Amino acid sequence: MTRHISSTINHCILLIGLLIMIVPVWIIFASSTHSSLFINTNGLQFFLGDNFIENYSRVLFKKSGFFNEITALKMFFNSFVMATGIATLSVITSLMAAYGLVYFKIKYATIIFWLIFITLLVPLELRIMPSYIVMSKLNLVNTFAGLILPISASAIATFFFRQFYKSIPDELLEAAKLDGTSSWRFFIDFLVPLSKTMIAAVFIFMFVFGYNQYLWPLIMTTSEQYWTVVMGLKTMYGSISDRFAFVIMSMIPPVLIIVFLQKLFIQGIFQNK
Amino acid sequence: MKKVQFKSYYSQYFFLAPQLLILLIFLYWPIIQTFKDAFTMQDAFGFGSQFAGFDNFLFVFSDPSYFTAFKFTIIYSFVITLITGSIGLLLAVQANKVLHGKNVYKTLLIWPYAIAPAVVGVMANYFFSERYGLLHHLFNNLWGFNWYEDVFDAYIYVIIAGSWKQISANFIFFLAGLQAIQKTVIEASIIDCKSNIRRFWTITFPLLMPTTFFLIIINITYAFFDTFGIIDTTTIGAPGSETKTLVYKAYIDGFKGLDLGSAGAQSIMMMIIVLFITIFQFRYIEGKIHYN
Repeated sequence: MTRHISSTINHCILLIGLLIMIVPVWIIFASSTHSSLFINTNGLQFFLGDNFIENYSRVLFKKSGFFNEITALKMFFNSFVMATGIATLSVITSLMAAYGLVYFKIKYATIIFWLIFITLLVPLELRIMPSYIVMSKLNLVNTFAGLILPISASAIATFFFRQFYKSIPDELLEAAKLDGTSSWRFFIDFLVPLSKTMIAAVFIFMFVFGYNQYLWPLIMTTSEQYWTVVMGLKTMYGSISDRFAFVIMSMIPPVLIIVFLQKLFIQGIFQNK
Repeated sequence: MKKVQFKSYYSQYFFLAPQLLILLIFLYWPIIQTFKDAFTMQDAFGFGSQFAGFDNFLFVFSDPSYFTAFKFTIIYSFVITLITGSIGLLLAVQANKVLHGKNVYKTLLIWPYAIAPAVVGVMANYFFSERYGLLHHLFNNLWGFNWYEDVFDAYIYVIIAGSWKQISANFIFFLAGLQAIQKTVIEASIIDCKSNIRRFWTITFPLLMPTTFFLIIINITYAFFDTFGIIDTTTIGAPGSETKTLVYKAYIDGFKGLDLGSAGAQSIMMMIIVLFITIFQFRYIEGKIHYN
């Protein structure tokens, strides 16, 4: 009997937690399916209206922005290019760098180690203005390279891979060395396949990280052609229900990734905690 | 490192080069620029600059709004850590106990983790707007809510906006921490101690210490840096400068106020703070505490 009561209490607390997480987003979603006129007179809505298709297609395909030059669809495209670029570049460079650090006798190992990992102390937010100046000197303002490269300059993925390599038994390399495997072959034939799960986890992590960037695209893009979704939210103009619809759409890609790939994602985090 | 390693004259540099190159151009160059800015004084029109020693730092220290930002950042990190940590732990403990629907709860509780802080801020904006805002109306009926004039009300605004999605992160890590505790330990403790609550505080919670510690660091870093998007889409620092975090203030002074010297000095102060947090964190990770 007491067991029954305590289990009911558990479920009640969890349900309250769920409501806190779901209700705010639901209200914005429900409101996004009403006309702006209706919202302006009646406030936020809890029940669905019947302007869903109308509102969402208008936001996706109609040009908006400060100069009316960009559709939400284009912003999604930009965000995907940016996020994929950041994820791909940081996975490749980090995988290689971690290999160099863990599997080689290096003369200045400690210096190189610190040169890489001290960068964790300096998030982009702390070097935003000088970074902008550097990018404009390199003529990279309003380019995808400008959006991608400074965010990829992060050692967090290297840290993940290094921890992972350290957990691989030494015997693997000993056996490979007996067979006379070269360092390049060992990397491609043994380590990369072994790191598949890690690579996927880091890729997802970096993708969501890249997609969610706000400040950097805000500063790097003076042309609307390069606006991304998350920064576009603040700058996009439109009626109130258009903005609700855009907020909802903006969270769909990362949320879907986390929900469907949560096992992989969590596994990736915890191999390294 | 590894006991067995490759010995080569150049291969290692081939593997290290891509990352080092990106870091040098896109990280070290701006950082060096930051230090240069911090120790030079520019005239108001940006025509000339001269070495200024620690003048920029003295200027920052004599600026009362820097201390306002400092105070707010400390309060903000503390409150967010406390709120999200305790709610996350409470939910994780319940989710770990229930027999049915564990995975459904888990999935439905972790997804806000993926949402960008700026998106959360824009959403919070609607709930706190005078026109549509449900929370604005609720608080207004309770005590006369007015966030752009009242500091306390503005705190409530940014704390709610900042805490919401971070509950998910705390939930994920606490749940994983709880699942890592061995069943035998818990079973043995049930024999010794009948009270659920006492058992939690004397057995389970101490076993969760590594997770708790890790989360405190995660939450502080989040409150320092990731909340930029939240502040910029909600209060923009209002009323006055009361809800500017240190990072937000450095950005406003540098990018909007074009005072590179002051922004550079502020960035360096922040780096020192982060350095301390990281040393703390590294010592924890390297000397990881094992209870199981």
